[in-house]
Amino acid sequence: MRHIISIQLENESGALSRVSGLFSARGFNIESLTVAATNDPTLSRMTIVSVGDDDIIEQIVKQVNKLVDVVKVTDLTATEHVERELLIVKISISNNTQDDVDAQLDHFNAKVIDAAEDAYIVELAGKSQKINDFLAALNADQIIEVSRTGVTGVCQKI
Amino acid sequence: MKLNGAQILVDCLKSEGVKHIFGYPGGAVLHIYDALDACTTIDHILVRHEQGAVHAADGYARTSGKCGVSLVTSGPGLTNAVTGIATAFTDSIPMVVISGQVPSAVIGSDAFQEVDAVGITRSCVKHNFLVKNANDLAETVKKAFYIATTGRPGPVLIDITKDTTIAEIEYEGYPETIKMRSYQPEMQINNEQVAKAIAIIEKSQKPIIYSGGGSVIGNASEVLTALTRNTGFPITQTLMGLGAYPGTDKQSVGMLGMHGTYEANMAMHDSDCIIAVGARFDDRITGNLEKFCPYAKIIHIDIDPSSVGKVVGVDVSVIGQVNDVLYALIQGLEGKTLPNIDPWWQQINEWRKVDSLAYKTVEGVIKPQTVIEALYEVTNGQAIVTSDVGQHQMWAAQYYPFDKPRRWINSGGLGTMGFGLPAAMGAKLAEPELEVACVTGDGSIQMMLQELSTMLQYHTPVKIISLNNGYLGMVRQWQEFFYEKRYSMSYMDALPDFVKLAESYGHIGIRVEKEEDLKPALIEAFKQKDRTVFLDIITDPNENVFPMIPSGAGHHEMLLAGRDEMASTNDSGLNLV
Ligand SMILES: Cc1ncc(C[n+]2csc(CCOP(=O)(O)OP(=O)(O)O)c2C)c(N)n1
Ligand SMILES: [Mg+2]
Repeated sequence: MRHIISIQLENESGALSRVSGLFSARGFNIESLTVAATNDPTLSRMTIVSVGDDDIIEQIVKQVNKLVDVVKVTDLTATEHVERELLIVKISISNNTQDDVDAQLDHFNAKVIDAAEDAYIVELAGKSQKINDFLAALNADQIIEVSRTGVTGVCQKI
Repeated sequence: MKLNGAQILVDCLKSEGVKHIFGYPGGAVLHIYDALDACTTIDHILVRHEQGAVHAADGYARTSGKCGVSLVTSGPGLTNAVTGIATAFTDSIPMVVISGQVPSAVIGSDAFQEVDAVGITRSCVKHNFLVKNANDLAETVKKAFYIATTGRPGPVLIDITKDTTIAEIEYEGYPETIKMRSYQPEMQINNEQVAKAIAIIEKSQKPIIYSGGGSVIGNASEVLTALTRNTGFPITQTLMGLGAYPGTDKQSVGMLGMHGTYEANMAMHDSDCIIAVGARFDDRITGNLEKFCPYAKIIHIDIDPSSVGKVVGVDVSVIGQVNDVLYALIQGLEGKTLPNIDPWWQQINEWRKVDSLAYKTVEGVIKPQTVIEALYEVTNGQAIVTSDVGQHQMWAAQYYPFDKPRRWINSGGLGTMGFGLPAAMGAKLAEPELEVACVTGDGSIQMMLQELSTMLQYHTPVKIISLNNGYLGMVRQWQEFFYEKRYSMSYMDALPDFVKLAESYGHIGIRVEKEEDLKPALIEAFKQKDRTVFLDIITDPNENVFPMIPSGAGHHEMLLAGRDEMASTNDSGLNLV
């Protein structure tokens, strides 16, 4: 099962590598990882997407919790939550393909943030599945470059 | 008061109550050494290799229960220390290691003797710090000791840049308390979990207490003994737990696991209720997980939530200080009538009759088991015994029952050859009144031999009991069983003359080749109160450690001495390794 693990940790140099090092040392997988400071500049929030059965996820949560720099660990997928991921994709366009691309952009509500003569740079935020669907809907040889942020999210209850 | 960083560090250590530091100097820590020179309350032990420093600090910590401290220079000093740090980490030993680092200004430039200490040690410390500003020093030292000694203990590294030790700042004294929002080792026991545990215990017909290193580290010996006595349950202890409950007591069924007793392993296998106390279900304990304790409900008591469910699924876990949890169990069981477990004891006593530690003596050769039994006799079972890693370690654990905790000092989790000698030195410094014996092998002793020199300098008389079988015996044993006797690189050709070697280091060396000389030699060695004595005891080169659960087998599939030697080379053995 896919889990989104949200980690609040001290915003100190090296804290990121403690978490990522733990994942590689213990053979836990990481599908995506995002990290940035929060409104409290001494705290960072890291969001990790990992796939594993319940035992493994339980171990991940416990092991991460054990790290001295970690303040709080939540398995977002275990609660009501919202999640988003941002995609930025560079798409080549030509007279022949422009209409198709425009239609897909419309359909997915993706936004062109830079338009050159022969290429668009497009952004799309949403659940990972939506981003996968959008990329699949584009013609593979039109995609020049893909950059995804990985998932971030918060728990819905206050 | 204006002090430089090095002076501040030394003041912090003094305030922490540190009495011994094991270390080795170098460029990055010269200021610290200069400050130490002016300090009269801390003894610095100059080892001969940084690995020895950390093992000695470790032996000191295991023996005394206090935090071990070691000090090394940057680069090779730190890398030499890593094996020691990992050894302490695996066995959850409280320790603070201070390493020098190149000046902040040149970090990242591949400067002379620069290594990424924090990066290299990350996976084998409980936590680590890089200090680049003298103003952060005192608080960091406070945090380091706090983290190392609370919760599940472990080594903490403080890497200090040279400029930090030189900078002069206004020093406001060592902080008295520390609070960390991200680290809260205190925990409340969950009473519901305790009640669930009691409900299982109350119904059990075949209970057993399985106690590990946590009972020693958590100083839970007294409460563990009370629980065991109150319930009348059998108790088995892991290699790391030996001594928390008296090994000579009739309720003790001995050590369990790969080289545990028949009765301990069979009782685990047949039990319907296992009370795991500060034990982590290591693979040397469980054998094949699919065959592990098929009938038992498992209660797991541990301070570390991540130990629970890591290897084996359990029925109830109680998280907390071992002492507190055991006390809660004792209270909860008070006034309850437990099922009659006489039939269970009868069964266990049947298994005991197998006498799984029996061994055959042979005219003209010294059996290693005999040596340990003689050591036990000569020391009245009262010595601190440190050990290296190999067959001799297992024999020491099997034939020297410990009645007190912190008397058996060995590298259980990492299995670090070379641990025994420096650990013995640390143990002697922690407990100068007690006899310290280092049980070692001809292979292991050569890994930290140089510490003989330190032991002379600091006058730490220990007795080195070297079981010289001319082999990396444990490797030879596995090759005999599982590699069709292809003894690849397990023969230690060209051994030195250990007697002359001991003498050249200023100690006494005695070679023992005949069994009749064994006891007198031991007695003579222990008579030499103020001297380190190296007993080079020539033992049977072909002896194997039994009983044995070959890897892949279950607790009920042990190989026994004399009975299964042939069976042990069968096909199943081969694919078990
Ligand atoms: C540092 C290190 N290297 C290798 C090993 C693997 N190993 C385990 S036991 C052993 C042999 C030990 O030989 P010795 O000290 O003579 O003890 P014996 O088994 O003969 O009693 C070896 C090589 C180890 N445990 N530690
Ligand atoms: Mg040997």
